[in-house]
Amino acid sequence: MRPADRVLGATLLAAALFAATFVDAAWQRSAHEPALQRTAELVTRLRLSDVVLFTEARYTRHLTQADLHSAFQDHPVAQEHFPSGSLLPPPRILLDRHEALDRKATSPD
Amino acid sequence: MKPWIEKQRHLIDFTAQSLARRKGKSLGLLVVYTLLVFVLASVALYTHALRNEASRVLAGTPEIVLQRLIAGRHDLIPPGYIEKIGRIRGVQKIEGRLWGYYYDSVLKANYTFMVPTDREIAPGEIVVGPALERTRELSTGNGVSFRAYTGELHTFIVAEVLAHESELVSADLVLMNEADFRRFFAYPASHHTDVALWVANPLEVRNVGVKLLDALPDSRPILREEVLRTYASIFDWREGMMLALLSAAILAFGIFAWEKAAGLSAEEKREIGILKAIGWETGDVIAMKFWEGFLVSLLAFLVGYVAAYVHVFHFEFSLFAPVLKGWAVLYPSFALTPQIDGLQVATLFVFTVLPYTAATLVPIWRAATADPDTVMRS
Repeated sequence: MRPADRVLGATLLAAALFAATFVDAAWQRSAHEPALQRTAELVTRLRLSDVVLFTEARYTRHLTQADLHSAFQDHPVAQEHFPSGSLLPPPRILLDRHEALDRKATSPD
Repeated sequence: MKPWIEKQRHLIDFTAQSLARRKGKSLGLLVVYTLLVFVLASVALYTHALRNEASRVLAGTPEIVLQRLIAGRHDLIPPGYIEKIGRIRGVQKIEGRLWGYYYDSVLKANYTFMVPTDREIAPGEIVVGPALERTRELSTGNGVSFRAYTGELHTFIVAEVLAHESELVSADLVLMNEADFRRFFAYPASHHTDVALWVANPLEVRNVGVKLLDALPDSRPILREEVLRTYASIFDWREGMMLALLSAAILAFGIFAWEKAAGLSAEEKREIGILKAIGWETGDVIAMKFWEGFLVSLLAFLVGYVAAYVHVFHFEFSLFAPVLKGWAVLYPSFALTPQIDGLQVATLFVFTVLPYTAATLVPIWRAATADPDTVMRS
């Protein structure tokens, strides 16, 4: 066998495996669909608001329920110190997420 | 067309043999290159699939969750609060939620205790999430004791274990009866953790949010849209520790590839000189080197990507799990549904294959256009 055929053969095999990932993805998507639907129903039924990615800190367990202070409220001048806090950087997520509803509300006085 | 193909095959023959002569170096490059694509593709595939799955399953989250804050801290919803919300026009349904965290000193893990509103759990019984079943080795019918904040031990019987398929949202849950919950946490009567509410007209959600703030200035409404937006931006490509660490690896690879591709070794220069002296044209030398760069980077991309796919969707992203686990003892194990973003794959292809191929060509072009005698003597 010529070296070119060996190289091209290996590349074609890799390309076939690459294409197979898309087929496998489509197959797995249809296989997971009922479970995904049941999970979505569970979320609706239990009124859940977050996915369980990190259970170590309150503000990473319930990411959407955390507020601007929760990562730093252990004591005054506290630093955010949980490892998952580094994966979910607080500033952008916390700052971007809040709807500025309070600016639209009328002032009580 | 046929002679052209035949010519390219001969060029690839030559390239393959030339790579085989420098076996260690070529293989080393291929392995490092493949590993880099593998890491980048793993992170990209995982985050994309997670984002999709999260927004899909959280689509049914309450339209508005209303919290009460006191001095920047989350506080309980006092009696009378829910009645005030009920008077706001547009609010269709209101429910006080009861949930909280419990630190289990046996496992040193945090659980989420919750009172479900869709069903009544018998007093003294609990329904647990799959991660709890796994780590505390619980199963239906088992008894488990938790030490309440008052110091007493409360024993519960596990009535049911939630399905493993929903672990992404239910791993650490402990569902219990309202009376049990209030007794366990010594929770003040008629108080709630927060309030979930639904709005009759979806277009009015923001207006209702503003009205809530008007009526209850100490509250903080969280809209479903915000929840979904949070998870849409989770593990953003540009953010996160993993990418920060990766950038060092990418830089290192950049230097490695540049050194390999840009700085022609004396041996390679002599090779080009000889090829030109025996009659190869500049175009042939460039085509031969193009095949070298292209085949190496294409093969690295394909193998790296396929390995990443298998790692993320068949092995649950296990190599990077320690990074994600952090200090958490309870760690959900879930199989993500593969969602592949074509654009993301194309971007990865462009950023991994093209620069290397281009970097191989530039010095070759310089060497190949020079006089063979000069090249061989230099």
